[in-house]
Amino acid sequence: MSILITPETKILIQGITGEFGARHTRLSLDYGTKVVAGVTPGKGGQFFEYKEHKVPIFNSVAEAAKATGATVSAIFVPPPFAADAILEGVDAGLDLAVAITEGIPVRDMVRVKRAMQGRHTRLLGPNCPGVVTPGAGKDSQGGCRIGIAPGYIHKRGHVGVVSRSGTLTYEAVFQLTSKNIGQTTCVGIGGDPVNGTSHLDVIKQFNDDPETHGIIMIGEIGGNAEVEAARWIKAHCKKPVAGFIAGATAPAGRRMGHAGAIVGGAEDTAAAKIAVFKECGIEVAVTPSDMADALLRAAKAKGVVLT
Amino acid sequence: MNIHEYQAKALFETFGVPAPRGAAAKSAAEFDAALASLPEGPTMVKSQIHAGGRGKGTFTNGYKGGVKFCKTKAEAKEIAGKMLGETLVTIQTGPAGRKVQTVYFTAASDIKKEYYLAILLDRATSRPVIVASTEGGVEIEKVAHDTPEKIHKIFVDPAYGLADFQVRELIFQLGLTGVEAKNAAKLIRNLYTCYWETDAAMVEVNPLITTPTGDVLALDAKVSFDDNALFRHPEIVALRDLNEEDSKEIEASKYSLSYIALDGNIACLVNGAGLAMSTMDIIKHFGGTPANFLDVGGGASKDQVIAAFKIILGDPNVKGILVNIFGGIMDCNVIAQGIVEAVKEVGLKLPLVVRLEGNNVAAGKATLANSGLTLVSGDTMADAAQKIVKLVAA
Repeated sequence: MSILITPETKILIQGITGEFGARHTRLSLDYGTKVVAGVTPGKGGQFFEYKEHKVPIFNSVAEAAKATGATVSAIFVPPPFAADAILEGVDAGLDLAVAITEGIPVRDMVRVKRAMQGRHTRLLGPNCPGVVTPGAGKDSQGGCRIGIAPGYIHKRGHVGVVSRSGTLTYEAVFQLTSKNIGQTTCVGIGGDPVNGTSHLDVIKQFNDDPETHGIIMIGEIGGNAEVEAARWIKAHCKKPVAGFIAGATAPAGRRMGHAGAIVGGAEDTAAAKIAVFKECGIEVAVTPSDMADALLRAAKAKGVVLT
Repeated sequence: MNIHEYQAKALFETFGVPAPRGAAAKSAAEFDAALASLPEGPTMVKSQIHAGGRGKGTFTNGYKGGVKFCKTKAEAKEIAGKMLGETLVTIQTGPAGRKVQTVYFTAASDIKKEYYLAILLDRATSRPVIVASTEGGVEIEKVAHDTPEKIHKIFVDPAYGLADFQVRELIFQLGLTGVEAKNAAKLIRNLYTCYWETDAAMVEVNPLITTPTGDVLALDAKVSFDDNALFRHPEIVALRDLNEEDSKEIEASKYSLSYIALDGNIACLVNGAGLAMSTMDIIKHFGGTPANFLDVGGGASKDQVIAAFKIILGDPNVKGILVNIFGGIMDCNVIAQGIVEAVKEVGLKLPLVVRLEGNNVAAGKATLANSGLTLVSGDTMADAAQKIVKLVAA
């Protein structure tokens, strides 16, 4: 099994006719992902055509979900309209909304997060690379790719990856695949200060997933989400976990690219988070080149086979 | 985005957050007109820069104090002349300091007691939090560390907004009663509206004061805004002061590059914020010092790479460059061609290490190897970082 999505998951794309959304829809279709619908208000009735695929476009998420059975949405809607797009997915009762959009105002996300309380839908992101459950085919094709991650670097297997950063996730996945270690699911939770699914939410799912044998958790400066997850791991997770925190050299008070990557106080520095990781039994990768090796060390110490 | 105190106070006024009367001046010729709008008597002169610690700062000309109390307006005019156009160094500016391009005169207030008040995002709850303390006028981090019981917090439900009972709770915790309580409640409600309506990242009033006559005033004001929300606030974008920003950072933003200048000598050019941060970290790990944070984004187009090289080379401290690109979707060969063209266009003389990984990487590495450029190829991030550190140290 995998978490959040399986190769059978039917997905819809909000913003399928935009340049960014269209490009990644094509890549997901090439990967073998079941993209069953697109949503662009005002373009309902048209089709998104690519190779042998003819994906119907709808005016609303509710309509698209009802007609096609899609349960997950990928959101490629521009920042001013993205919060509304997320809420539309929530209102349609989707299982998961994956918000790729970067640059959504914090106030919008504060309101969205409040409006989602008690609702069925889980949110991933925003400002995230999405989520990939690798398939069994060549270059992991036949999997479910939602978002913007390069599909071919993955390999189906037994390691779960969760990260706030896109390219660092690819770095970790690439290292794993190069060592012939596959992944169950790779989850980007996004670099914004207010996001949906947290590190801890994902870690809990990996812990419950029998196919996931080991976990890589990648974090960065700002907030305390990694610390929260680390303390839970110490108390509840028996699986080997490797961790990496980016931003040890970041100056205080400056936003490092990601809106949420900012050192606000002594608690959310890289050094403080790394110290908590160590205290919680997480094997710390000393450099980003060391992420897969760190997990191998953790697995060896616990006698766990990752391949 | 940050704004100056005088701009923040003007913003406060539109939301009904009272502050002492004040007027700004950008040149000595404006001093008289600014002072004429204020009452006779004790006057404060305040240097306007985007950095804290102004009162304890020192000007590079030796004059001490970026904020001064003056007994008369005549004295205020004289003191303002010593600040305007001079460079003020505070604990937050770094040794280079900031040039004071505006001074702000305010009527000096009789202070009965000082408090602290701020509104910002609480990341753990994803809600706005109002932070208040009876310990005003000092560093709030120190209060939080030494006497955490003196920090009071109210979390606001964004679905309902700030509730009256919450404001009352805060007022009681601050020990305010009577007319002070009434004035403080109004100020807190209005400050929250200001925070929410303007998409502020933080509003901070330190100190907030009570006066012997029962007034409650924002004696200082520090306001910053959520960059993501600026598209819907042209009136706030108009307040941006480019003099307060690094010229290289302004140039970078024109090309959608995220650049932050640091004080090391190894520049880096990376795609993705997380990878860019950890590239800086790995340079440090192997004994070097990063000169900057630079995220060229997921695409890393040729134009962006050229612009990035030019910005990097605008920093005289840079002695070497590390390019670290994980070309996930992008073809590494296209990126390699962009790097080669960029290096040729800027006539790079400094050591350059390139680490390319991802899609079509073999062709990309071949392009670099056959370019005739004296660049060094790195296989992993660790390998590339060690190579550039060694080259710069040589």
